[in-house]
Amino acid sequence: MGVWQSYRLRLQRKRWLLRAWRKRRELRMVTDRTSRIKSGDILLFSTMRNEQIRLPYFLQYYRDMGVNHFLLVDNDSTDGTYEYLADQPDVSLWHTRHGYKRSRFGVDWLNWLQSRYAHGHWSLVVDPDEFLIYPFCDTRPLRALTDWLDASSIKSFSALLLDMYPKGPLDSQPYQAGQDPLEIAHWFDAGNYSISRNKRFGNLWIQGGPRSRVFFPDRPEKAPALNKIPLVKWDRRYAYVSSTHMLLPRGLNLVYDEWGGEKASGVLLHAKFLDTFSAKAAEELSRKQHYAASVEYKAYAENLKSNPDLWCKWSEKYINWRQLEILGLMSKGNWA
Amino acid sequence: MSVGIVMLVHTALGRAEQVARHWAAGGCPVVIHVDNSVPKKTYTAFVESLSDLPQVRFSKRHRCEWGTWGIVAASQAASELMLATFADVRHVYLASGSCLPLRPVQELIDYLSARPRTDFIESATTADVPWTVGGLDQERFTLRFPFSWKRHRFLFDSFVKVQRRLGLKRKMPNGLVPHMGSQWWCLTRQTLSAILQDPERNTYDSFFKRVWIPDESYFQSLARLYSSQIESRSLTLSKFDFQGKPHIFYDDHLQLLRRSDCFVARKIWPHANRLYEVFLTDAAGAMKRTEPNPGKIDRIFAKAVERRTRGRAGLYMQSRFPNEGWENGVTSGPYSVFEGFSDLFEDFENWLTKATGARVHGHLFAPDRVEFAGGHSVMNGGLSDSAKLRDYNPRSFLCNLIWNTRGERQCFQFGPADSQAISWQIAKDPNAQISVISGAWAVPLFRSNRNFADIRKDAARLQKVESDHLDILRSSYVKARVRIWTMAEFIEAPMEPLQTILDEIGNRSLRRLSEVPKMADLEGFGQFLQNLKNQGMHPYLMGDFPVAREIQPASQSPRKPYLVR
Repeated sequence: MGVWQSYRLRLQRKRWLLRAWRKRRELRMVTDRTSRIKSGDILLFSTMRNEQIRLPYFLQYYRDMGVNHFLLVDNDSTDGTYEYLADQPDVSLWHTRHGYKRSRFGVDWLNWLQSRYAHGHWSLVVDPDEFLIYPFCDTRPLRALTDWLDASSIKSFSALLLDMYPKGPLDSQPYQAGQDPLEIAHWFDAGNYSISRNKRFGNLWIQGGPRSRVFFPDRPEKAPALNKIPLVKWDRRYAYVSSTHMLLPRGLNLVYDEWGGEKASGVLLHAKFLDTFSAKAAEELSRKQHYAASVEYKAYAENLKSNPDLWCKWSEKYINWRQLEILGLMSKGNWA
Repeated sequence: MSVGIVMLVHTALGRAEQVARHWAAGGCPVVIHVDNSVPKKTYTAFVESLSDLPQVRFSKRHRCEWGTWGIVAASQAASELMLATFADVRHVYLASGSCLPLRPVQELIDYLSARPRTDFIESATTADVPWTVGGLDQERFTLRFPFSWKRHRFLFDSFVKVQRRLGLKRKMPNGLVPHMGSQWWCLTRQTLSAILQDPERNTYDSFFKRVWIPDESYFQSLARLYSSQIESRSLTLSKFDFQGKPHIFYDDHLQLLRRSDCFVARKIWPHANRLYEVFLTDAAGAMKRTEPNPGKIDRIFAKAVERRTRGRAGLYMQSRFPNEGWENGVTSGPYSVFEGFSDLFEDFENWLTKATGARVHGHLFAPDRVEFAGGHSVMNGGLSDSAKLRDYNPRSFLCNLIWNTRGERQCFQFGPADSQAISWQIAKDPNAQISVISGAWAVPLFRSNRNFADIRKDAARLQKVESDHLDILRSSYVKARVRIWTMAEFIEAPMEPLQTILDEIGNRSLRRLSEVPKMADLEGFGQFLQNLKNQGMHPYLMGDFPVAREIQPASQSPRKPYLVR
């Protein structure tokens, strides 16, 4: 990469940071518990809208994993998300009525919060329907991973977004608050992911899974990206460019080995496809606040009319991280 | 007589205190060196916390940066204090704050008193051992390293380059032979004091101050001068990854550590509560009285290094995406590509399935849909039969298919009517076995009931495509096992090539072919080709078919299948 190119990327990074700084005005602080953040704490950042039913399990999952503090943005929820979060002892909450789309799908808001609060911390950015799985997550807390990453001078940790789905129609098993969504949606596609390299940012671009297979068989290029870099030892100069798919500076995107080896990586189990999904898709379609003119939600809406079964004969049933490791969806790398 | 423990501590002081207490309780005097970078306040609190133990002392503090002299200076200072203060110490064991004794202290004492003259220090000549990571082995001793590798990498590297360019070299003092090994040793009083009280010590020290990573070579080299009996191994279990960083032990390694039989393990994660609990409180520890044997644990860490450096062949994922040519296996296993066979033989796929037991697909790269075996619309791993999805990334598609069906041989048909984007990949893949009957695409045209003008057009197109494809298969970049026959050649003696291909696939039975695939009826094929020629389209890929070669058997009553013996 030439000097010119890296200079342009630098300018771009500055632009995103400036934009995040500008967008800070859209956030109104609701509960400020950030003074409880101690040095070395692991922080979780997320933007959400109308996710009340998912929150009890979500918070519990990441608390058990060892996240110390949650910094959340509520995008004008109407279902009690706001009230629920305001009461949590380890949550600092911001509220906004502004457009999700205008903040580049929450990235600007979170870039701002991260530059403000995450400097020097390990920072995890996930949605309320994403559950991080990393090697040895059943026996070692998240801090073991971040300590190891620190010791290995690794600054960013990648995870494949793995779409989980139930067997049968989505609405056949209603989800209850507090329930593990993976009890319902525990099937996934094991080996239909297409990967290419994004030359400009150096990241991989991964598509595939059930969403490609069922919703986008004729427009594969429109299928959503599944490559994510959710866990980063944050520095205030860093910026997410597009969702958590890629970052600047681009060295952080080099989460893969190019010489044949495997780096350590995880999986984000994406429990999007529950009975709540149809209502969500309908709402998002009318709000038109999602990526690429909500093409994803349009495709869902078309298909959901026929109430499709994402399950197929070759779907795998989720067991544990070791299964995902063997299937080649994640890797221990040289962490043993 | 007892064992003195020298502990080098820089973080997790709480754990260090626990371990120091454990050693002390076992009757070992302890000298602790705390890194100078630990804040004064923390240090005093730490000293205070251990003040109730008379046999725990603290030595003069040095700044211990990785790879620098500080660690040696710290070991020297602490060892001197140990030897001077505790007269009955016979062995000195160098440990770190993140070391954890795995077996009862008494066992270590007994073990060492049974070997009163033995120095346990891993010490190998640099010339013979390719341990080092990063390309510096002999040069560790011959160059100077004034800059920190951690903080001033650029200066470090440039200075090395400059010295190499200028050919600067240093000589070992007094003809010392450089040795290297694990920095965690256990030396006898005799050897250690000889090193520390050497009249030439200043010479050695000033030399090693400019050596790269002296903590792995200072004692290792000097011990060779004085020791009467060196056992070249470390009593500390310590595993290193591909970059030379120590592996860390966690709670889930408990059983592994129990089986290791080593006296001390490093490095332990400070939050591994269970490990500390089990090994520090439970004196019996349930470790058998056997010779230390870290070999049992080797496999798991060797595998980790292997995974990080070579990875799983044929796997493409978010943390493994090799550059072209570096894959160490483009795909995960061997597979076969058949071109022209299903045109020439009737029901070739079924026959092949029976003959080999492999999974035989149709034209995986057919333009309209992926012809999976059995006509399925989804295949292993959730691969879709959508041609668009496949053509979006044909490389991923094929690698996925082979990866998803590990353990089962895949075969598929290919031809000039298929999407050609995959050509180069299969040609460059050593796992591919490609067998081509060139020109066989003409058979379906010949048997079709279409207007001759259309046939001619298609024939011209297919011939062009196949000819380009054959150029690829004949290029110098090819790594696949490629066999090409013209159709004329092939039908002369079809069974020999078939047998060769099947032998190579290594089918389950070693029997010879008992049933042969049925060849399409080729009567009039020569004339058909001649007609194409007459229309100005010269089909040449199928070889020579004389017009009047009213082919021998096919015309009359079909002969009994021909068996190759």
